[in-house]
Amino acid sequence: MDKLFEVFDTDLDAIEIGAAILGTGGGGNPYIGKLRCRLQLQQGRRIKVIPIDELRDDALVVSLGGIGAPVVGVEKIEQGEECLRAVHALEDDLGCKVDALISSEIGGANSMEPMLTAAQAGIPVVDGDGMGRAFPEMQMCTWSIYGHRSTPSAMADEKGNIVIIKNTRNEVWVETLARANVVAMGAAAGIAMAPMKGSYVKKVAIRSTITQALSLGNSVLKAQRDNTDPIAAVLAHEDGRLLMTGKIIDLERHLKGGFAVGHIFIQGFGDFSGDKGQIDIQNEFLVFHRNNQVEICVPDLIVVLDVDTGLPITTEVLRYGQRIAVLALPCDDLLRTPEALKVVGPAAFGYPEVTFTPMPSSKNKEGKR
Amino acid sequence: MNQRIGIDVGGTNTDAVLVDANGVVGAIKSPTTVDVTSGVRGALTELINSIGPSAKQVDSVMIGTTHFVNAVVQRKDLNKIAALRVTLPGSASLPPLVDWPKDLARVVNGGSYFISGGNEFDGQQVVPLDEDAVVKAAQSIRDSGITSVGITASFSPLSSACEDRVAEIISHECPGIRITCSHALGRIGLLERENATLLNASLLDLATNTTDAFRKALDDVGITAPLYITLNDGTVTSSELARKFPVYCFASGPTNSMRGAAFLSGLQDAIVCDVGGTTADIGCLVNGFPREANNVVEIGGVRTLFRMPDLISIGIGGGTMVRENPLGVGPESVGFRLLEEARVFGGSQLTLTDVAVASGLMDVGDKTQISDLPETLFTAALATAHQKISLTIDQIKTDSQDVPMIAVGGGAPLIPEKIPGISEVHRVPFHGVANAVGAAIAQISGEADQVFQDFTRDDALAAALEIAIENAVKSGADRQSIKIIEMEDLPIAYLPGHAIRARVRVVGDIAAKPKEC
Repeated sequence: MDKLFEVFDTDLDAIEIGAAILGTGGGGNPYIGKLRCRLQLQQGRRIKVIPIDELRDDALVVSLGGIGAPVVGVEKIEQGEECLRAVHALEDDLGCKVDALISSEIGGANSMEPMLTAAQAGIPVVDGDGMGRAFPEMQMCTWSIYGHRSTPSAMADEKGNIVIIKNTRNEVWVETLARANVVAMGAAAGIAMAPMKGSYVKKVAIRSTITQALSLGNSVLKAQRDNTDPIAAVLAHEDGRLLMTGKIIDLERHLKGGFAVGHIFIQGFGDFSGDKGQIDIQNEFLVFHRNNQVEICVPDLIVVLDVDTGLPITTEVLRYGQRIAVLALPCDDLLRTPEALKVVGPAAFGYPEVTFTPMPSSKNKEGKR
Repeated sequence: MNQRIGIDVGGTNTDAVLVDANGVVGAIKSPTTVDVTSGVRGALTELINSIGPSAKQVDSVMIGTTHFVNAVVQRKDLNKIAALRVTLPGSASLPPLVDWPKDLARVVNGGSYFISGGNEFDGQQVVPLDEDAVVKAAQSIRDSGITSVGITASFSPLSSACEDRVAEIISHECPGIRITCSHALGRIGLLERENATLLNASLLDLATNTTDAFRKALDDVGITAPLYITLNDGTVTSSELARKFPVYCFASGPTNSMRGAAFLSGLQDAIVCDVGGTTADIGCLVNGFPREANNVVEIGGVRTLFRMPDLISIGIGGGTMVRENPLGVGPESVGFRLLEEARVFGGSQLTLTDVAVASGLMDVGDKTQISDLPETLFTAALATAHQKISLTIDQIKTDSQDVPMIAVGGGAPLIPEKIPGISEVHRVPFHGVANAVGAAIAQISGEADQVFQDFTRDDALAAALEIAIENAVKSGADRQSIKIIEMEDLPIAYLPGHAIRARVRVVGDIAAKPKEC
């Protein structure tokens, strides 16, 4: 493990921006996690990141994240050791020590939590995650998609309660039980799950996503400093495509099965004058339509940025009149296989009539792995 | 409408107007002074001189001021505070003031206290309030000589009982202490709400001094009418409430300008372009109020969730510098030195004011100073300014239809007649004092922003509306005149049942007899 690198205080702002962009409108706000990481570093703890290929094949890796309602997350800030307690509870249940943590989703708040907990536990965090973006449900992690059980899982709240979930019938049950439990815990909790071997992580994790969030965020910050176009910087960095610049002319949001679902309607301006855009939302941005034709859908990333600053806009702060740029970024090839599309493709989100057509991506072809 | 005086205390000028049912009766501009009382007294005296002694018989006086936001930005005139965080075991990982600029935190920080208590998202207690810990904190605060505290409990916008109980204990233990409770300042978002609470607590000395100074200025010139202070959202509050909540008075300038533009033009829905000395602020009026930005707003580097008008500012104003060879317009400005540095005023810097005079759009200063200016130059400079304004207007518009625009501010003549997407540019009298007019016509508002559990969407909005109306009436609004300005709902993911966050804002006319607060 000699090729570890560290995340420093000066990297946190960039990771915050990069992770929020990869959150595709959801995943929760990484701001609070960033402040907590900063305090940990100031107290002398260190965030060590291990590249996936440096993991020992027999290393025990645990997937980690906070779960709950984003709006609760901004009001009830963590006690601070929820995730650490969850990791320790899992170790107790397994009867062995965890060697490294990995983020369940890099998009949004769960980019920060594993770095923070790894620093507290004195173990490394893996440079990768289970989504390469944000998704609304836990079984949408690549480890679940490719057949690994999420159990045993341990959940911990700020009050000191711990719940272990194990022996579930299938992955959907883990999500069902965890979701019921998180409500009882006050709509915010930490969860450690899916204890995996290093060899399996090497096969199924989305690679290098901490590095990706960091350098993506840095490209936005650099564009802001140099007064160049931050949106162009994001597109160049992610090999993405500008779908539209425009104004939000209508939006509707409601609750369905515990998810925030809705649509935004966009009137194009600039080069897209005359175009009408629509984005469908289920916690994250799911589908983009241009003039009533589906153009991009999950699992490719649909990202909404402030047209002036290039900073990401999450679904809960979408508002009538906002001036936005809509971008499509290619997802990882691991999310494009038939097995993956069954779980994270358009049909899984209630669009059986939509066929996922992968957007072209030199990034994937050139072979990140 | 009865007779009102509106005053806008800006960085350079203090504008004052008298408005009645027929419109603007009189308007003056006078220089702002360091001493608050004499500046306002000077402006009032000038206004009374221009209208006559009857001006003293007004029904109310509304003042908009930049004092409070400047105090935060300049880190001066702030009092030390103690922060009580009632959230344990939650939220222990980030202490109060954690994301404040260090220099500002140093000025105000008088100690933080963590207490067990607070609520869950559904309003239930997390753990019982640790009253012994509150008493201990109170004793420590009393011993440290701190006179202002901010109390923040988790989910207090849903249930204020916990904060109220803490406040009760603190005032019992520390007689005379001033308390700001976070639920009074609004929204879900603990850090941002706490930041607003602590900023407010740190401004209470200044708020007392400033409102006293305003009152004294009114008394000095013989005006006995009640005093109101204008708020971020284009409404006013009694000076008694402003003394308790100075943070609500942060951004009244641009808001007042837009409200003034609505009044002067008679339009309720329009784009407003306010051209000042340094910038043109372009915003959007919806139902006579500025459309608000929904983003986090930083005040002096402190992150808050105050609602501010959604404006785009560009470097086009009367003092904007114009360069020749190659042609360049702004964004640099001579600012308040316009009267010395512009060519028409005998200076050597070519500005957009010179361009406007050369083009025959304005008539100020000495025209002969720019008689040598080539027509190609000033025509091209004006065209550049016009283009920048037009591009920004296209960005702020939310309607593909053509919409009207109102031109206000001292630099309003720089706004072109024909703008793509604009049906008509409305030029209004008194455009240079639109901000003071906006203060004069301000109404009283009330707001609710809460999470409702197991309510239908309609029931949640109805409940929020009722709270907003009660808040407006409490602040002095006439119940019969109340209108809804904004109503929105946001479902909360991951919670069972119908958890809905509803936000409603209402306004009403000032009640005939202002309520005691």
